[in-house]
Amino acid sequence: MTLTKEQIAQRIAQELKDGYYVNLGIGIPTLVANYIPEGMEVVLQSENGLLGIGLFPTKADIDADLINAGKQTVTHIPGAAFFDSSLSFAMIRGGHIDLTVLGAFEVTDQGDIASWKIPGKMVKGMGGAMDLVAAAKNIIVATTHTDRDGNSKLLTKCTLPLTGVRCVKKIVTDMAVVDVTDKGFKLIERAPGISVEEIIAATGAPLIVEGEIPEMQFNN
Amino acid sequence: MNKVVKNAAEAVADIQDGASIMLGGFGLCGIPENCINALYDKEVKELTCISNNAGVDGFGLGKLLTKHQIKKMISSYVGENKEFERQLLSGELEVDLVPQGTLAERIRAGGAGIPAFFVPAGYGTEVSEGKEVRKFNGKPHVMEFGMRADFAIVKAWKGDKSGNLIYRHTANNFNQPMAMAGKITIAEVEELVEIGELDPNQIHTPGIFVQRIFQGTDYEKRIEFATTRD
Repeated sequence: MTLTKEQIAQRIAQELKDGYYVNLGIGIPTLVANYIPEGMEVVLQSENGLLGIGLFPTKADIDADLINAGKQTVTHIPGAAFFDSSLSFAMIRGGHIDLTVLGAFEVTDQGDIASWKIPGKMVKGMGGAMDLVAAAKNIIVATTHTDRDGNSKLLTKCTLPLTGVRCVKKIVTDMAVVDVTDKGFKLIERAPGISVEEIIAATGAPLIVEGEIPEMQFNN
Repeated sequence: MNKVVKNAAEAVADIQDGASIMLGGFGLCGIPENCINALYDKEVKELTCISNNAGVDGFGLGKLLTKHQIKKMISSYVGENKEFERQLLSGELEVDLVPQGTLAERIRAGGAGIPAFFVPAGYGTEVSEGKEVRKFNGKPHVMEFGMRADFAIVKAWKGDKSGNLIYRHTANNFNQPMAMAGKITIAEVEELVEIGELDPNQIHTPGIFVQRIFQGTDYEKRIEFATTRD
């Protein structure tokens, strides 16, 4: 069985470490916040100017002046900080963010990513994605392994306009965990019940498979 | 030195057709609602607007689109706006998309007297096409230019009559850098106080950057995605 969006997020949460400052993109990445291990201190950064994102507010607590980068109303944790957009991207560009998780249309075995524009359809803009992928120390892509038509999103070359080059370190899909290495894609784990052959067939680039590939483990 | 003007209409009275204007805000958070409404009423046209987003249909900068007042937008993200999309696809509207951090830094640099700088964002993408690329510490960087505008219009939470400003929560966003980058900066505030009433330790934008200030009225503070846990 391929993973649900929640399970992809849950698997990515296993990559978190105590004390990490993390930027989560819109969509599946946002869900990672729900699976931060208990007792682990992880501070979430929102590029519109908040370090220390809290839970979504109650109806009574909604504040139009307090939103995340997806323009959703949020709260802040004790010890949070607010700041302007240039300082926010100083944190990002300056390499102070430990981990960035974002979605993608396509990722290559070189670590290139396309995530912001589909020519001929609406161009919404790159927002902060280009700044994030150009500077983050560690970038994980959260995505389905294939698109709706079954075409692989893991390729040797992006067909869509690029967001950044040679930047993605790891991809967590609904089928597999794949590292981007100097030699290309390397299969690390597979979704429970998904075979190595199925993953190879769904991957549009050579995939290094060494030894037994373990299934992903979910504790809860 | 009197920076206080009566209202938004007076604040924007000398903005002419063809002006370049920076407008603070992220999404609909922290946008200068009063001045946008005044520009709408004034029907000033052919504007170049620099703003992270373009509002939504009929609100924020989306309101100016309904009267075709904007010629060019410089933004990082322009989703959530159907009329914007229509004008873009029909060629009525010119759009320059800039990575968000680069946009913020271009504005900050412009205000800080830095004509150009290098950033890694956009290298190897269409954003870096035609731009100078240089390697620093082995990594390629793209040259970007500081940016200024004829007017910067910002929204703050509190301001005093000398133009000192304090923003609230994530409504700071682009307001703080933009306040530095207007040849004339107009600040609309929710609460305008006397000189000396704001704690100097808490000032985000020192008054030197602000030429006009007024207390805004009837803030709608629309929310794009009201998300709750209950």
